[in-house]
Amino acid sequence: MARVRVRFAKRGRLRFLSHRDIARTFERGLRRARIPVAFSAGFSPHPRVSWVGAAPTGAASEAEYFEVALSAPMEPEQVRAELDAALPPGLDVLHCVAADSPPLPDRIDASRWRLRMPGAAIADLDVAVAELLGRESLTVERATKDGRRRVDVREAVVWAVCRAENDTCAILDVVVRHTTPAVRPDDVLTALSAVAVLSVPVPPEPTRLEQGRLREDGTLADPLVPDRDEAARLVGQLEA
Amino acid sequence: MSGQSLFPLLEPLLPRVRKPVQYVGGEGNAVVKPWGDAAVHWCLMYPDAYEVGLPNQGVQILYEILNEQPDVLAERTYSVWPDLEALMREHRIPQFTVDGHRPVGDFDLFGVSFSTELGYTNLLSALDLAGIPLRTADRAAPGDGLTWPVVIAGGHAAFNPEPIADFVDAVVLGDGEQAVLLITDITRAWKAAGAPGGRTELLHRLARRKLVYVPEFYDVSYRPDGRIAAVTRNRDDVPERPAKHTLTDLDSWPYPKTPLVPLAETVHERLSVEIFRGCTRGCRFCQAGMITRPVRERSITTVGEMVDAGLAASGFSEVGLLSLSSADHSEIGEIAKGLADRYEGTNTALSLPSTRVDAFNVTLANEFSRNGRRSGLTFAPEGGSERLRRVINKTVSAEDLVRTVSTAYANGWRQVKLYFMCGLPTETDQDVLEIADLAREVIRAGRRASGHRDIRCTVSIGGFVPKSHTPFQWAGQASHEVTDQRLKLLRDTVRADREVGRAVGFRYHDGRPGIIEGLLARGDRRVGRVIERVWRDGGRFDGWSEYFSFARWEAACEAELTGLGVSLDWFTTRERDEREILPWDHLDAGLDRDWLWADWQDALRATELDDCRWTPCYDCGVCPTMGTENQIGPTGRTLIPVIPVGRTDASAASAEPGPAGSSPVPSDLARVSASST
Repeated sequence: MARVRVRFAKRGRLRFLSHRDIARTFERGLRRARIPVAFSAGFSPHPRVSWVGAAPTGAASEAEYFEVALSAPMEPEQVRAELDAALPPGLDVLHCVAADSPPLPDRIDASRWRLRMPGAAIADLDVAVAELLGRESLTVERATKDGRRRVDVREAVVWAVCRAENDTCAILDVVVRHTTPAVRPDDVLTALSAVAVLSVPVPPEPTRLEQGRLREDGTLADPLVPDRDEAARLVGQLEA
Repeated sequence: MSGQSLFPLLEPLLPRVRKPVQYVGGEGNAVVKPWGDAAVHWCLMYPDAYEVGLPNQGVQILYEILNEQPDVLAERTYSVWPDLEALMREHRIPQFTVDGHRPVGDFDLFGVSFSTELGYTNLLSALDLAGIPLRTADRAAPGDGLTWPVVIAGGHAAFNPEPIADFVDAVVLGDGEQAVLLITDITRAWKAAGAPGGRTELLHRLARRKLVYVPEFYDVSYRPDGRIAAVTRNRDDVPERPAKHTLTDLDSWPYPKTPLVPLAETVHERLSVEIFRGCTRGCRFCQAGMITRPVRERSITTVGEMVDAGLAASGFSEVGLLSLSSADHSEIGEIAKGLADRYEGTNTALSLPSTRVDAFNVTLANEFSRNGRRSGLTFAPEGGSERLRRVINKTVSAEDLVRTVSTAYANGWRQVKLYFMCGLPTETDQDVLEIADLAREVIRAGRRASGHRDIRCTVSIGGFVPKSHTPFQWAGQASHEVTDQRLKLLRDTVRADREVGRAVGFRYHDGRPGIIEGLLARGDRRVGRVIERVWRDGGRFDGWSEYFSFARWEAACEAELTGLGVSLDWFTTRERDEREILPWDHLDAGLDRDWLWADWQDALRATELDDCRWTPCYDCGVCPTMGTENQIGPTGRTLIPVIPVGRTDASAASAEPGPAGSSPVPSDLARVSASST
């Protein structure tokens, strides 16, 4: 059965969608776009869509992924265009590829985040980042539905750099390993505030820029590239 | 400049509130037009949380009809939860629309749809957050133009708008489809002329054209004993009895055509298609059935087109066929079969809320759940004893019920839910205890029909609230103490039954919110000050048990009503006599007052009345008064085949044989319930 891997963005005001909101909206978008989605068997059949770790509610993202099984073949580019047209602006389908290689989750173990921090002083942020990176470990607590959970932020952070967007806004770029439980942008912020004096007057706006396999140099490998390469190889064979 | 987006101010607050997605708008099929291009600006509100308000069909229909007009802009707003309300007050952000995030105070017309009276405190929150003075008396402004939007109430609860008469400028009675367009026409012309005479002149024009009821054009006086002495108009050229609007030919108004598809989770995640409006079954407790007469069916053809277009425009995977008693559509069998055929293999669930206790409904439910799991069916006998069911004119015999549930269990349905009301007129402990007998019979019948003991029956009970424009409008409401005590007796009796006690589930919430609903449903203008005090004391979201406070309402009644010689009990548990002027008597729902009284007397004698669709007219008064008639089929047509959304050229059935390909409909969604309230 054909499967398609999809990379999409969650932008603007739609960053406030939760993972469940997104899943529902995509299921309806797939129906609206008349994509031939395969359904699970059983008493209450569900569309066969598998999600890979979702950006938290309130976080924007340029790199969210899922995989969908099709009951009939359809060109990935056609899936992309029609699905994108059926979704509200702000949920934007960026790439679709036919799934030809090992499972998607095996190719994603880290994220690169960008946090816009209006009102934060770059000098303070500089100090906080250096302080955090200098630690061996830094554990923060987060309130969840099931009580408080502790995560080691330092262990998960691969690297972090900051710069000033302008006089009134600092930018933090950070690469975080996917751990269990996951370290989220607000955890990073909690950690930075714990190690230094850092005033964040307005909630920061986090955006996930990339997900993928962490390379030794700290960059991330695009998880859809192997599928694209495989597709190119097959096309090459056919043409040859 | 008017109509500026508040979103940049709102956005930084959203990470701090619960479920921020409900405030961002951007739903599928939502419309945002340029402010400056519109001649008339409408803000529509459903005064409850977004998750309840978004699916509301009334708001969706009017939103679409208004936005179809090239020079009209309509946006929506919903109640904000207290967490955001506090932040909005702190940061001086007014009530905003979810479409363009524009200030509600900038609009010309502010239409609020009330399905339930428990939304009244939320109206006050919205007005106050919008910067609109709460009381209409404080909205008078000299000169031309509008300082604030004109506040217009609609919806079923607006058939007795007197408790909110101090807060709303105008009220639309009945169907809103044509009324909003006519109101728009008058407003457009008035604005084009320079909005002469301001708010009062606009209201006067709307009232003169018989489009709306304007409470301030009518004076109410009271007798020393607290009853109403008279309701008189204070302008000669407004109608003595403002009348409801009735839409005829529903096939010409197939709305919503492009239903809103929420991004947030809401209470109804499905495509709703109204298959007819109105009901003449004559259940005496049912306000909806009285005020929406006559019956106007959509034809099978239009229903089929609306389902097809609605699914394509929304991507929903469930369709609900709505009406007050859906199995009564003259072609419901053909509709059910046609839709079940058409959507087989597409994983589209069909559901039929609001049907009656009879075996035909099991057949329908079977059709809707072809190949699927048959979990639960709901039936609503409403009254525990046969005598009581004759009182309320819901004629179902115990044998009918047992036969129906036997059929259901024999067809593989595993659980039956029975819905009853407690506190009905003339009810005794014995009537309520007969619910236990019915439940026992149902379990026994289920065990016989299915051949095994694992049979469940849930008994769900709501407190009866007398409503305006019904034969029970004169009835004394049962006190919450009486209701609670009867239900305790019933629960103890069911639990003590060793044979079936464990197979019967029992669902009931306490009777106190029903008393407040009763106060608001049959209150007069004096109740307005109670609502305002409750709101000032923090009352919000009264339909939600975690926010509702009976003590707050009791205290407000005590403080505001005692000096007037009336009380909470006076408005609720007191029976009215024939001559008493009721607060809504000057509003015309088409029903003949003498007929309502005669039907109330018939109720007290436990005399039944037949449905006028199949027996001669019984002179309820609606058709001659309103110039309408029942519009029912059958048309004799069938559904035309279409290729529906979800079925592709290589349909699931051929591509993937087996259980998935044979398309089970998740049939726990295929409910059959007989509730018409």
